[in-house]
Amino acid sequence: MANNVLIYAEQMGGKFRPTAFEAICQGKKMAQELGGKVIAVAIGSGIENPEALGQYGADKVIVVSNEKLKDFTVDAYGKAFADVAGKNDPAVVLMAATYQGKDLGGYVSAALDAPIAADCTEWLAQGGKIQVKRPTYAGKAYATIAFTGETAVISIRPKVFASDEPDASKSAEVENQDVALSDDDFRSIVKEILAKAGGKIDVSEGDIIVAGGRGMKGPENFKILEEMAELLGAAVGASRTAVDEGWREHADQVGQTGKVVSPKLYIACGISGAIQHLAGMRTSKCIVAINKDPDAAIFNIADYGIVGDLFQVVPAMTEELKKVMGS
Amino acid sequence: MNIVVCVKRVPDTETKIKIGGDGKAIDPAGVEFVINPFDEYAIEEAIQIKEKSGEGEINILSLGSIDAQVIMRKAYAMGAEKGVHLNDDSANPDNLAVAKSLAAQLKEMSFDMVLFGKQAVDDDSASVAVQVAQLLNIPIVTRVIKMDIADGKATAERESDAGKEILEVTLPAAFAAEKGLNEPRYPKLMDIMKAKKKPLEQKEAQMDAPKMEIVEMKYPPERPPGKIVGEGVEAVPELVNLLKNEAKMI
Ligand SMILES: Cc1cc2nc3c(=O)[nH]c(=O)nc-3n(C[C@H](O)[C@H](O)[C@H](O)COP(=O)(O)OP(=O)(O)OC[C@H]3O[C@@H](n4cnc5c(N)ncnc54)[C@H](O)[C@@H]3O)c2cc1C
Ligand SMILES: Nc1ncnc2c1ncn2[C@@H]1O[C@H](COP(=O)(O)O)[C@@H](O)[C@H]1O
Repeated sequence: MANNVLIYAEQMGGKFRPTAFEAICQGKKMAQELGGKVIAVAIGSGIENPEALGQYGADKVIVVSNEKLKDFTVDAYGKAFADVAGKNDPAVVLMAATYQGKDLGGYVSAALDAPIAADCTEWLAQGGKIQVKRPTYAGKAYATIAFTGETAVISIRPKVFASDEPDASKSAEVENQDVALSDDDFRSIVKEILAKAGGKIDVSEGDIIVAGGRGMKGPENFKILEEMAELLGAAVGASRTAVDEGWREHADQVGQTGKVVSPKLYIACGISGAIQHLAGMRTSKCIVAINKDPDAAIFNIADYGIVGDLFQVVPAMTEELKKVMGS
Repeated sequence: MNIVVCVKRVPDTETKIKIGGDGKAIDPAGVEFVINPFDEYAIEEAIQIKEKSGEGEINILSLGSIDAQVIMRKAYAMGAEKGVHLNDDSANPDNLAVAKSLAAQLKEMSFDMVLFGKQAVDDDSASVAVQVAQLLNIPIVTRVIKMDIADGKATAERESDAGKEILEVTLPAAFAAEKGLNEPRYPKLMDIMKAKKKPLEQKEAQMDAPKMEIVEMKYPPERPPGKIVGEGVEAVPELVNLLKNEAKMI
């Protein structure tokens, strides 16, 4: 019976992303329950230091390296990943539910004829198999899912699972594999990649997010959030209203029609806490709300709140943070 | 340019969700159902592409209970001509079974493009579009915020974790729409009337047995009760102190 855990080790520009390590750490724990091995698969070109995946728990690392795989496209990466998966008898195919991971999950599910549970926030072992829990209906209900059949594809929500510290004494066997790719696997051609302006941190990457809503009153006022964000090394997020008003880009939007984030700390400024906004940030570890309305729904899920005018509170908080963080 | 748009009937996002007596699914009583909001962007885009090219037709494809026909008529009112309803009451939780059924139907249809929503706001899976594309062996671009069609090719812009990407694919191809692609139109009363007369084919869906099962559905884990630290700037030092020393966040 299949008992291995096969993990997609996501990289960008040759460097593994933190979500790859999160997936490997969970994959290792799943493999312990299943009595199988952890196989990490890195796909791309010029991938740096694949051995490092062993330090997070991979028993084996399979590298599919090919000039043509420099940029992620779902067809080519999907083909390579499904090809490796097909040869390794996985019980679980695991990845992070990032932009790449969501595409890849669907592809490999269809290619392997295996069911998929996407964006999971918890898992458990039950009768020698893995079950998962995942938010549905924009987080208004959580479903526990059991799989039948040999293989299940699982993607996990980024940043929900902490990754363990790497163990420098461990290393994994690294194997290079060639996957035959035809022209048909390069049907999507990446014409251009437009990096985020000014090296800004994306909300999906930020360990801390400072977010603003309609209460910000205009695009120019986001400056006070940017100042706090810079100090904290945080990303700046926005509610849908702030995006629809044209104050911020859609890429910054948090919520059901924006990004689903799970940072350590989420600071909501002038955001009322509509259900569709909560859908995108309710799994944050710690939530702070600054709102002048004591009855705003955001206070129901906030760990800490200040009732007040954000135009006074936010700059004062930045000053106070400067003092505390300097000491 | 023939376009098929896959649409799903889902609970309105404003709806309060109640879990049913079996503890495995929501109780549909009192829930308002709508076209999946992301699918509206897909329908709107199909209409705009058709308006621009001045030819071809827009077909709607929906799998679900008989009530799916209600939202199909809404898509007709927006501007689609016809459609196929794959009747299925099983509420199969396995996306792949749904994708296979949609793909089998699509193989019988002629299309240059298949459009989807980025994700269905009930299962929030964002899988079906990619699964269908893989099963049909056509390229797909997900989370599309802009697209242009010319000479049998599509150029599509999508958001990624790194910023934005511009991709080129050869048709036939599939696309999954993200918010921002367009502003879906509101149908006029006259169009709603006309929609009632447009052809709608009903078929029994061919569904594989699910390979996954919802064993339990629960309300989200409660967050521990928070505290209002205080009012206005006076509360700031205490908040920062709590973030540092209690929550250990900074
Ligand atoms: C299908 C669908 C999908 C959606 N998806 C999303 C989504 O992805 N993300 C999202 O965010 N929303 C989404 N929404 C919209 C959502 O329902 C809300 O309309 C939106 O989140 C409200 O944004 P807001 O909190 O910024 O604005 P408001 O609800 O207007 O709240 C503004 C808040 O600012 C406070 N405020 C005002 N001035 C100040 C001040 N000086 N100091 C302090 N506080 C102040 C007010 O008290 C108020 O609580 C969606 C809606 C639908 C129907
Ligand atoms: N039952 C269905 N009928 C028609 N289209 C569907 C169905 N389920 C999903 N889709 C399409 O697939 C997209 C993604 O759905 P999902 O993968 O469930 O999040 C939706 O936005 C629809 O376009």
